[in-house]
This record gives sequence, C-alpha cells and structure tokens, in this order.
Amino acid sequence: MTAADERHWLRPSPGLWRMRRAEVATFTAVLAAVLGLIFLATLGGLAALLTLAVVFALGAVLSWFVRRRYRAWRYQERHEDLIVARGVMVQRLSVVPYGRMQFVEVTAGPIERLFQLSTVKLHTAAAASDARIPGLERAEAARLRDRLTELGESMAAGM
Amino acid sequence: MTEGLDAAPADEGWRRLHPFSPIARVGRLLPALVFLFLVSTVHSKAENSTAETDYLIVITLVSAVYGYVHWMVTRWRFEGDTLRIETGLIRKDSRRLPLARIQAVDIVRPLLARMLGVSELRVRLAGSGSTDGKLAYLAEAEAAELRLVLLARHHETDVAVSSNTGLPMASLTLGRLLGSVLLSLVTIVLIGTVASLAVLDEFEPRTATTVAGFLAVYLVSFAGVVWRRLSGQYGFIAVEGPEGVRIRRGLLQTISETIPYGRIQAVRQVEPLLWRPFGWCRLEVDVAGATARNQRGEGTSVVRKALLPVGSQEDSWHLLARLLGGPDPPRTRPPRRAMLKAPLSFHFLSAGQDGAHAVCVTGRINRATTWVPLEKSQSIRRVQGPLQRPLGLATVHVDVAGKRARAEFRDREVAEADRLVEELSELSRQARMHRRPAPAESTGNGLVAPSGWYPDPSGRHERRYWHDGRWTEHVGNGGRRSAEATTPAP
Repeated sequence: MTAADERHWLRPSPGLWRMRRAEVATFTAVLAAVLGLIFLATLGGLAALLTLAVVFALGAVLSWFVRRRYRAWRYQERHEDLIVARGVMVQRLSVVPYGRMQFVEVTAGPIERLFQLSTVKLHTAAAASDARIPGLERAEAARLRDRLTELGESMAAGM
Repeated sequence: MTEGLDAAPADEGWRRLHPFSPIARVGRLLPALVFLFLVSTVHSKAENSTAETDYLIVITLVSAVYGYVHWMVTRWRFEGDTLRIETGLIRKDSRRLPLARIQAVDIVRPLLARMLGVSELRVRLAGSGSTDGKLAYLAEAEAAELRLVLLARHHETDVAVSSNTGLPMASLTLGRLLGSVLLSLVTIVLIGTVASLAVLDEFEPRTATTVAGFLAVYLVSFAGVVWRRLSGQYGFIAVEGPEGVRIRRGLLQTISETIPYGRIQAVRQVEPLLWRPFGWCRLEVDVAGATARNQRGEGTSVVRKALLPVGSQEDSWHLLARLLGGPDPPRTRPPRRAMLKAPLSFHFLSAGQDGAHAVCVTGRINRATTWVPLEKSQSIRRVQGPLQRPLGLATVHVDVAGKRARAEFRDREVAEADRLVEELSELSRQARMHRRPAPAESTGNGLVAPSGWYPDPSGRHERRYWHDGRWTEHVGNGGRRSAEATTPAP
C-alpha cells in the first residue's frame, strides 16, 4: 500500500463552498440588520454605520475561515480502506478499513437539499472513528454509498 | 442437569423456578421497606398516631402476591438449541435465547437469596449489553449446573471439562482491598471532611451542625461509593477457564461473571498516584457485547470490567501474559520537545506496537497503560492540534469499539506519525486476516498456579483443591473437607 497519494484525493463538490458561503452571508446580513437597527435607534447613524462595518469585516473573516475549512476536506478510496481528512485548526485524518464498517449513512438536511448535496457518514463500532464526508453531489454520494456497502460486504465476508 | 439437552419437542420439559423465589423477590424491597418503616415510625411518634405503618403492610402484601403470581406463570425449558423462558400473566413474554449466541452467564446472589440458598441466573446474548434472559431464582446447585451447561453448549466443549479446568489467576486479600479503598480519592475526601467537621465542632458547634447538614447528602453518597467498592470487590477471585476469565466477587451479593477472551477490546493497567508507592495497580478490560461473528449490523456496547481490582505488579504481569498471549510490544518515547506541549504527562508518555498489539502509556496523575489488540482496531486516526503543529508533532489513535478505549501514540514527530498510520493500518489488516488462537488454546506454557485450596469454579462447593495444574475432586465446605463424586459427562 502506498502512502496517501496526492493524485487520488477526491474533494467535496464546489456546491459545499457555495452552501457555506450562503450560510455565512445570511448570518452576517441578519446580524448586521438587527444590530444596525438597534444602534440606529439608541445611539444614532454613525454608531450604526460603524457596527455595520465591524459586522461585515467579521463576516469576511468568517468566510475566509470557512473557505479554508472547505478546502481541507478530502477523501481517498484505497484498496482496503477509506481515508478522510479534514480540519484547519485541528487537522484530522481517519483511516477506516472497509471491513470494519457497520453501516453507511447518507443524510441531507434542508439547506443541503436546497444545494442538491448530501453527507455520507461511515459508522464503525468505535465512537471515535469519525469518517464523515459532507457536501457530496447526490450522484457521487449514491456512488460512494453503493461502493462502500459493496466493499464492506466483500471484505467482511473474508474475516 | 442433562435431561434438558435432549430437547423435549412437545409440551414437556417445562421447569419452574425455585419455590422460594417470591420470598427472595420481596427481599429485594427489604431495604426500602425498612427505610420507609423507620421514617414513618419517627413520623408517627411525632404525630402520635399508628395508622401510618399500615400502608407498609399493604405494600409488602401486594409485592408478595405479585411475586407469587410471577412465580406461578414463569417457566423455562430447552428447545433444541434455544433456551426458552416464558413469563407474564397479563402480558405474555416468551423469550428464546439461542445457545450459540450466549455471550455470558452471570450468577447473582443477593443477601436474602443466599440465606435461602437460591441464586439468580442472568444470560446475556451477543449484540446487546443488557441482560436478555433472567431466571430468578434457581436453587444454587441448579443455577451453577445450568450455567455450565449453557456455557458448554456455547463453546461446544464438554461440561465436565469446562467445570473442572481452570487456572487460578488472581485473588484479593482483605488487607489489600481495605488499603486500596483507603487510598482512593473518595475515601480521603470523606475522612478529611469528617475530620475537619469534628475539629470545627470543638470550636463552633453551631456552625459545624449547619455545615454538616449541608454536606450530609454528599457524605452519605460518598460513604455509599466506598461501601460499594468494599462489598463489590470483597473476596475477588479470577480463575482462568477455557472460555474466558471467570470472576467471582461480592460480600452481600455475590456475582460470578465470565470475560470471554475473544471479546476483549482493550486491557488497561491503571496506577493511581497514591498506590504507586506500594507498587499496586488495577487491571481493567473493555469487553464488547457483539460477537466476532456478528460484528456487522448491530450496535456494539462495551462494558468496562475490573479484572484485578488491586494487585501487585507481578500479579498484573502474570494476568497480562495470559491475556495478551505474547510478548509486550517494545515501546518508544516521543521527542523531547513534546514536553512543551504535555509538561505534566511527558515523563509517562510512551507507545509501541508489534504484530498483535499496540500499547501506550498516558496519564498525568494516574498512569494508565493500554493494550489494544490490533485485530480489534476499528480505525486509525492522525490528529494534529494547533499546539502540536508549530512543534512538528502529531498524535496517532488506534480506535477500538466503544467510546473510551483506544491506544494513543501521543505527540510523535510528523514523519513518524505518517509512517505509523500506514504501518498500523497494515498491521491491523494482517492481524484481522490471521487471527491468533485464543490464549486458552495454547495452554501448557509452564504457567501453573501453586497447589492449594481455591474457590470452587463450579460454584457447587466453597473451595476445591488445585493440584499439579488441574482441579481435583477434593472439596471443602465451611472447614469440612470431602471428596466429591465426579459429575458424569453427558
């Protein structure tokens, strides 16, 4: 088995970045509107403008951070195991053998559905093995699910 | 004991619980009833009335009637390869426990049941952590024999063999148990609080009374913890059986349980700070509820059990050698700069691996050594936190079933961590492919306990003589020694 080969990394769909961006934008807009109105009513126009500037600056920082997090997600299907890597501050890399999979879960929350995305999660008997891949296109999620299930069955049969 | 094996096909072969069962059942309510009685006596003295205690009699009567009805409608029998238990008057409950899936059979004997000479049999199946079948109560001898039959069927071994082989692995003297409980944090906090209250009482009696009132609940619960440790581990003995480690323990309620070798997910040796001067340690094992055959599809629950509540290093190594069935993997230490990230635990940190196990030492105050069979590893993870990155360190985890147990190669150099991920994945893969034989199958490596009297593994007698690597027919009960007629094999 070769080490995690850079060429074989797969990444979540760009839709995930669009979704995260939309989430940050919505959050910033709502926060800006609420705080802006409060400050406008209590302290006047200048304070409100300053607040807006701060909130949008925060939004920009958040969006930069979310962008980095999005780019950190990657996964690789090897012969006998799946590797999932993620995280910016705390970088995590999980190696889950197909034979150890208990089941594969595909979920799609309301926001994910809006962007036509799903999350694939691998469950093993260990609570800590944390193999989750968010933001997959539906077709890719279905392919991964079927492939993982198939591999899981064939590998487990040999044990 | 053997007629149940030739499964009665029709409506025959049903057996009942022991006629004392209703009494033993009511006995479980006894502490609560005594408490209520005391409360209401105090209360009625104050109120000057006697009617208060009437409802206690009603409660006792109702539970006695319920217990009797429960006994009337409960029956059990063998049906081919299943044990069937039927119970319930209004809501019928019929359980079939496939013998092949039996994970463990525990015998529990509360105080009153012991006085009546009956015990409760609990059957746990693979794939669940809870009790699946319960026979409360059976006569002591019947329960012991049924347990052997159930376990023998499961392991397809001869009943006689499974009852009469077994190597005493560890036992616990009262002095050491008392010492270990005394040197635990709970006890020290308890004694410290009581002592300072006593001192306070000398100078400020009124304040002391108020503070004692505040702390009463905590003190009682702390004392409860101490008591449970003492009574739960009293008379602890671990015996090696062909199917796993058999454990018996308990003062008022005795518990016999089996830890199957194949389901051990992790072994932990813990050395608390206060025990270290005495060289004492505690051995714990994590046991999975699911069988190896049945790994997929079912949630795995993991139970942590004490394999040696307190023992010397030699005891511990002796047990570990049996459990690991191989040499201890060589350990290496993280680079010195890890001291910056983990100043308190650095001098403990080490980890290593061989073809069969990964081992690691962690902990700040309590030093813990964890062995994980690579064959059981569920996933390998590499984690690098913000403090580790500037130092060029990373941690590699070997996860096994459950929430808590794992081996951690903490604070390794990044290059080494990357190599470890690959190496551990590959070693785990190979370990899964070539299962090691269970330690019991490879007996004969010269580990023989000294001849002497040990608690009887079959549970029929108090003690049994162990000589020359096997159990003999000499048994002892309350100081009397006799020879037992050997049970004919079925």
